[in-house]
Amino acid sequence: MEPVTKIVSKSIVLPLDDIDTDQIIPARFLTTTVREGLGEHLFEDWRYDADGNENAEFVLNRPEAGGCAVLVAGRNFGCGSSREHAPWALLDYGIQVVISTEIADIFFHNSLKNGLIPVRVDEQVHARLLQNPGLDVTVDVDALELRVQGFDPVLFEIDRFARYCLLNGIDQLGYLMQHGEAIDAYEARLR
Amino acid sequence: MKSLFEKVWEPHVVVPETEDTPAILYIDLHLVHEVTSPQAFNLLREKGLPVRRPEQTLATMDHSTPTTPVSSLADLAVVSDTPATRQLVQMEKNCEDFGIKLRGFSSPERGIVHVIGPELGATQPGRTIVCGDSHTSTHGAFGALAFGIGTTEVGHVLATQCMLQRRPKTFAVNLEGALPRGVAAKDIILSIIGEIGVDGGTGHAIEFRGSAMSSLSMEERMTICNMAIEGGARAGMIAPDDTTYEYLAGRPYVPSGADWDEALERWQQLPGDADATFDKQVTLDVSKMKPMVTFGTNPGMVISIDDPVPAPSGSDEAFAKALDYMQLKSGTPLSGTPVDVVFLGSCTNSRLSDLEVAAGLLNGRKIAADVRMLVVPGSQQIKDAAEAKGLDRVFTEAGAEWREPGCSMCLAMNGDFVPSGKLSVSTSNRNFEGRQGAGARTVLASPLTAAASALAGAVSDPRPYLD
Ligand code: SF4
Repeated sequence: MEPVTKIVSKSIVLPLDDIDTDQIIPARFLTTTVREGLGEHLFEDWRYDADGNENAEFVLNRPEAGGCAVLVAGRNFGCGSSREHAPWALLDYGIQVVISTEIADIFFHNSLKNGLIPVRVDEQVHARLLQNPGLDVTVDVDALELRVQGFDPVLFEIDRFARYCLLNGIDQLGYLMQHGEAIDAYEARLR
Repeated sequence: MKSLFEKVWEPHVVVPETEDTPAILYIDLHLVHEVTSPQAFNLLREKGLPVRRPEQTLATMDHSTPTTPVSSLADLAVVSDTPATRQLVQMEKNCEDFGIKLRGFSSPERGIVHVIGPELGATQPGRTIVCGDSHTSTHGAFGALAFGIGTTEVGHVLATQCMLQRRPKTFAVNLEGALPRGVAAKDIILSIIGEIGVDGGTGHAIEFRGSAMSSLSMEERMTICNMAIEGGARAGMIAPDDTTYEYLAGRPYVPSGADWDEALERWQQLPGDADATFDKQVTLDVSKMKPMVTFGTNPGMVISIDDPVPAPSGSDEAFAKALDYMQLKSGTPLSGTPVDVVFLGSCTNSRLSDLEVAAGLLNGRKIAADVRMLVVPGSQQIKDAAEAKGLDRVFTEAGAEWREPGCSMCLAMNGDFVPSGKLSVSTSNRNFEGRQGAGARTVLASPLTAAASALAGAVSDPRPYLD
């Protein structure tokens, strides 16, 4: 994984609560055996109508959404299935940060393992972001600081280990493999 | 003073958690299916790594398998060269290359991963169990610590039999009283999610406990733990007891003889101590519960069959969008809404007892003429057992379709789906938009409610059918 230190972008807003992984990437696109290419189907059923035409109302289809890497979503984003295809689809599309008051557990951890930054904020900050799409946002992974144009910076939390891995581009499997001896010893005790 | 969770977690810690690093947790059993594993096997290939413990890895194919009879995967590949088929072919190859025994197409032990784990006795009290699938929480019904993981973590477990985990918080859901007639385990868990919300369990491992538990069968307990994830929890657990041990005795993976005695002694130590503490608690009276149905697009949007669809509190955009999608109105009852499709299946409610209660209601009756009812047993063994009891005939004579095992219409990956705009009463676990097919409208319910709705051709209370 490439190191992820700082992301600077304008924000796009999807204000709905409880956006589940079936909306992020519907199950019918899970037949893939690779990680790439899922961005094409990100939010497929909201982005396109039944005939495959773009739904002009949907936020990703508006001209101002082009190139935005920060998605502000309603509460409990990413609930539902454990499919890692959800962060893969977001990243493949170009979203690098998801901001909400609450982000579902499995999605949160899957995101960090792929370099998608899940940022939990309080309701006040959330409300400001929801009400003002298109703000300049900086997510500083080193300082764990969220800086939003026109507002005081706020801190957010990410597990220290996950942050270390993000900043240094560290593969967690490598870390686990370093503990091979401890795992051997554990198994020896079992048998 | 330890809880069940602590008694399972602690002995599995290989390297303890510090402020800077998560714990390294040993995984006793890794369940693998075709949808969330291909990229993990690719990773192992790239790095030239073997699977560390193939014998602790149980693999099957369930999500994208057709539920119409196909004699072998080779046959299927000839008639349909679809991405789903290619994924199945890839799964066979991955298992072969890495030395994992696959409960594949022609295996008499194949089925939905969360159904066959317990059925084979691989799911045991005190074990740590993971799978690249959120409904892994099902296995917690046996007093195991079981949770869903992402594909990157599937790779970690394949390569090291371990994963990195921060210890979750604990949440006690106390269930008191006895379940009334016509009310099922599914109604208990839907009531709980209605109470705590779809994010009520976030960051927690739930333990379901209280006086109601002892009378519940293993199948009912699995239904409850299965949907713990729908309340946002990482895991759901239930302390093992005699019901658990009776269920397990004699199953293929379960030890016998002196090893059984030794295992039993260990398992009996697992229930939480009387003075165990939890980070959070809630108590519900099961005796007051009613048949439950969902009206919205997540499992927390749920009401009893007697209640009208509620109004949103304040201006709730997601709520309004959900009602719009479901084509339902606040203030009108859900009961009586015309039904197009009934799906009896999924890892929540596709076990023999689920099929039996539904068949009991359908026996000698006909489902409504314009309803399509699909019955999909959770595993090959369940299918065989149901056929031995003649349940398949009850279903087909009532006008329902009797299918091969798999996930089927639960997530509509295999060709079985609910057409756009149609309303489905489903015994599965997710009513998300498009879950059962693009535009499909899903009402989650128990097998009894599903069967009653098939007979009436409209969402129906099953209780009058029981008299
Ligand atoms: S039946 Fe449904 S919920 Fe269960 S494993 Fe299959 S797709 Fe997932």
